[in-house]
Order: sequence, then C-alpha cells, then structure tokens
Amino acid sequence: MGRGGETMKSAQEAKADQNYQAALTELLYQLADDDFIIAFRGSEWLGLAPHIEEDVAFSSINQDTMGHAAIYYQLLEDLGQGDADALAHGREASQRKNAVLLEEVNGPGHYLKKPLYDWAFAVVRHYFYAQAKKIRIESLKNSSYQPLADAAVKINMELYYHLLHWKTWFTQLATAKGEAPERMKNAIEKVSADMGGVLALGPKEEEMAALGLIESEEVLTQRWNREMEKVFAPLPMSLPAVEMKRGDGRSGVHTSDLDSALTTLSEVYKQDPVASW
Amino acid sequence: MSTTLSYDRLSEEEKHAHFMERIEQGDKIEADDWMPDEYRMTLIKLISMHGISEIMGALPEKEWVPKAPSLRRKLGIMAKVQDEMGHGQLLLRVAEDLMKPLGKTREEIMQDLFRGDLKFHNVFHMPAPTWGDAGLIGWLVDGAAIITQTNMLKASYGPYARALKRICAEEVFHAQHGEAIIMALAEGTEEQRALIQDAIDRWWESLLMFFGPASSSTTGASKQDTTIKYRIRTKTNEELRQAFLDKYIPRVLSLGLTIPDETLHYDKEKGKWAYRQPDWNKFKEIVRNNGPKSKDRLDLRITAYENNAWVREALSPDGAVV
Ligand SMILES: [Fe+2]
Ligand SMILES: [Fe+2]
Repeated sequence: MGRGGETMKSAQEAKADQNYQAALTELLYQLADDDFIIAFRGSEWLGLAPHIEEDVAFSSINQDTMGHAAIYYQLLEDLGQGDADALAHGREASQRKNAVLLEEVNGPGHYLKKPLYDWAFAVVRHYFYAQAKKIRIESLKNSSYQPLADAAVKINMELYYHLLHWKTWFTQLATAKGEAPERMKNAIEKVSADMGGVLALGPKEEEMAALGLIESEEVLTQRWNREMEKVFAPLPMSLPAVEMKRGDGRSGVHTSDLDSALTTLSEVYKQDPVASW
Repeated sequence: MSTTLSYDRLSEEEKHAHFMERIEQGDKIEADDWMPDEYRMTLIKLISMHGISEIMGALPEKEWVPKAPSLRRKLGIMAKVQDEMGHGQLLLRVAEDLMKPLGKTREEIMQDLFRGDLKFHNVFHMPAPTWGDAGLIGWLVDGAAIITQTNMLKASYGPYARALKRICAEEVFHAQHGEAIIMALAEGTEEQRALIQDAIDRWWESLLMFFGPASSSTTGASKQDTTIKYRIRTKTNEELRQAFLDKYIPRVLSLGLTIPDETLHYDKEKGKWAYRQPDWNKFKEIVRNNGPKSKDRLDLRITAYENNAWVREALSPDGAVV
C-alpha cells in the first residue's frame, strides 16, 4: 500500500510500482492538460487585451503557463506515456483530463474575427485558477515523486507573479466605478459554476493523497476557500458556492469548446504528426 | 561665468545652429532638450509608426501562436510575439514623451491608427496563410527589420537609440527563431519544403518594398532625406535593401529555394544587386490600408478597443470607489 513518507526518486522507480504509477500519471495529466488548455485560451487574447502593457504581461503569463504544461508532459514522457508533443497535440477530447472551466471559449467570436472576448471572465477565471494552482503547487513541493517536487519549486517562482497580477486586476475591477463590478459579479457566477472541476482531483483522488503525491482534495479546497474569503471580505460582492455544473473533466467529460480548441491547436501538427517541425 | 548657453536668449536660428552642431558632434538629444519642430515632428511620426508597426506586426503571427506544431515552437512563437508587443510598448512611450509638449497622448496615436492617419509597415498588411509564413516572417521580415533598425542605432535622439539597442538585441533571437522553423521545414518532407517556397513566392515583393522607395520620386513621399539630415539614420533606403539582398539571397539559394524574379542578378560593375522593381503603386495602396489584410487587422484592434471600453473606464483615475 501507500509508501507513506518515502520518496520516489526517478521515473524508473515509479514505474516499478503499478499503483503508484497509475495515480502519478493521472495527476500529471490533470496538471499538464489544465495548463496547456488555459495557456491556449490565453494565447487567443494576444493583441486584444485592454491595453498594450497588459498584452505584454498576459502573453508572458501564457508563455510561462505553456512552459509549465511542457514540463508536465515531459514528466509523462519520462514515465513512458509517449512523446510529449503527441501527448499535447494528439490526444482526443475524451482522453483529456483538464477541468471544463479552462476549455471554455473567451467569449463570442473567433480569435481572428470579431472577438468579443470578455475581460471580466478572463480576469476571474485566471485569478481563481492561479490561486488554485498556487495551493496545488505548494503541496506538490512536498510530493513523494521527487521529479514533480523539483518541477513545483521551479513553477512556483513564476506563479507568484501570475497570482499577483490577476489578484490586482480582480480587486481593481471589483471595486471600480461604472459597469465593472456588475460585469465582475456575472463573471464570478459563471466561473464558480464550474470552478469545482478545477479543484477536483478526479477518480484517483484518494490514492494520490495516500501515496503522498499531493494532499487531499478536501484540504486543498479548504485552503482555496480561505484565500478567497480573505479577498472577498472587503468587496461589495460574495463568492457563490463552487460547483461542477458542466461535468467532471477529470473523468474525460468535456464540452464542444474543447473539440474546437483541439482542432485549432493541432492543425499544423496533424498535417504530419511524424514530421519534425 | 558659466559656458552653458542660455537658450532663452538665443534666436530661433541660433538655437537651430547650436542643435545641428550638437548632433553633428554625435551628442544625444534628450526628451527635454530644445529641438527644432521639424525634428520633433519627424521623430513622432517615425517612432509612432515604428511602435504601432510592432503592435500590428504581432497580428499576422497571432494566427500561428495557438497553432504552432510542437510545444517548443509554441513556446518560441509566444516569446517572439511577446517581444514584439514589448517593442511596441517601449517605442510608444518614447513617442508619448515627444508628444507631451503638444498635449497629445497614446489615445491620439490609437485614434490616428484607427482613422488611417497613422500608417503601419507594408509587410503587416499581408496575409500569412500557412505555417511557412510563420517561419518566413521571423526569418526574413525580422531579418529586414534588423537591417533597418541597426541603421538607426546611433540615432541622434537618445531615447530612441537606447530603445533600439534593446530591440535589436531581441530581434537577433527572432531571426534565429524564424531560421530554425525554416531549417526544420527545409530538411523535412516535400510538403514542408513546399510551404517555404510558397511563402517566399508570396512575400518577395513585400520584402523589397519593406525598405521603402529608393527616392521620393517613386511614390511622391520619402522621409529619408530629413532623417539623414538630422542624424537619425545613416543609410538610404536603397543601401539598406542592398544590404538585405547581400545577406539573404545566398541563404535563400543555399536552401535550394528560388526567388521569383528571373531578372535578379549581381551587377559586378555597379557592385549592386539588380532586381525587378516591386509595384510601388501597390505599395502606396497597401500602406493606405488597402492591402489584402489591412481592414481585417485594423478591425481586430478596433473591435478589441471598443469591446474593452468599460475596462478603460474602470481604470481611469476617477474610476475606483475604494
Ligand atoms: Fe520587433
Ligand atoms: Fe522581431
């Protein structure tokens, strides 16, 4: 059973323990797919942010986040799951483990044509996600899988700035004059309805915690709620209960938004998956 | 007694003469220094056009950022396009400082762009329909940009020269990024190689146009004489175009690619490349926002601008409640 406290130093060691490997790869797919798809959605914003300074900052965050996804896919490759690029570009929607919230389109329109993207939704989704990711990463720093714990230390440094960035936007818009607070309220409702899917660790949740890969979903969710309560306290709005209205992405449940995202992001890759690009 | 000239006591002519003396000695002019109106206006136009071109220049590549075919390429093109936005930001700040005495702000720059009064670079009006274009833009468009920008590294206007120094350092990475994409395609399958040739065929004329007409007689307008007079640049448009051809023709040919100009050859006597002139009337139309993608790309920016009006309102100084 659980290897309580003991660490797995390498992919080699992890692969020798089937239960361990199964829970570990499950967790890595969630981490990789979450970052990959939100970085994709973020990259669609390029050139469309509220001002040029934000365009620069936002694309830097997307780039970091795509880099984090690449780290996780590489860890999966090391565990024998296949080529990292194929994992990122070649898997069907039903094989993806990202939360449904993160695949959702940025708003009406297309990234090249009449994009009526919703900045309030972008801020709330990215802020809630960055906070959840921060809590997860803090826990992963003590993961029993050493290569993942090492990755968490590196990711944590960049994440600090992401969280600060989105928190600043969040409080600024929530407390502004004009229509901003109303738009933020709507975005908070919308994001909360699916935020449960981000906080979920999926069907192997118990094994993950028992094997010391990450703390339990319950503990992590409590921490997230505590952080949110602090931020919401002075605001003229409250945080609704988080739900998982449109299904559990961790179990492969997804929306058509993911299908169209995958079509776009793998368009060139699929022209010739074996070619070197 | 102080040797510092008291500008207040000088006549306009004396100020001008002193200014010219300074730049001829290689002195750098700073934002708060006295400068001739013509100098200020030339810089505002040049730098805001440069800055806005960096920003509009992100749009042809925008299409390919989400579509880049591997994690490494996704990261590479994301970094590259982020740099371009950063260049735009840096340059617009330089332009804003120059506009301050005129009571103008970035808002005016954006409105000028939307109205079509502020032009952006001809290459960014062109379509980029394949991944081959993503490579070619980095390789040859950024390659051309390095040549025009290094030409201004010693610009007499200090803030512009310093911005260019940083920009040029990053442009080198862009050209390497583009070259790496092109190399991978060149060493790839038939279909991949075809992507590059197709891109070169479509981009060649725009690349020649990139450096502008050889003289104002070609299109009726060229700022090159003024910018040379004020030591903002050193070489002429044609000299820059020749430097580009010197550098890139051998590289294009060495990849087994062809250039869509059968008249192209090196004229040993003149020590110059002879090439078929691009259609300069087409150039004029393109920079007047009548290029194939001018309207679409302006539309993207205008849509975003209008769609985010509520955010600007929220950020305005009297916007916050708390
Ligand atoms: Fe640039
Ligand atoms: Fe560049």
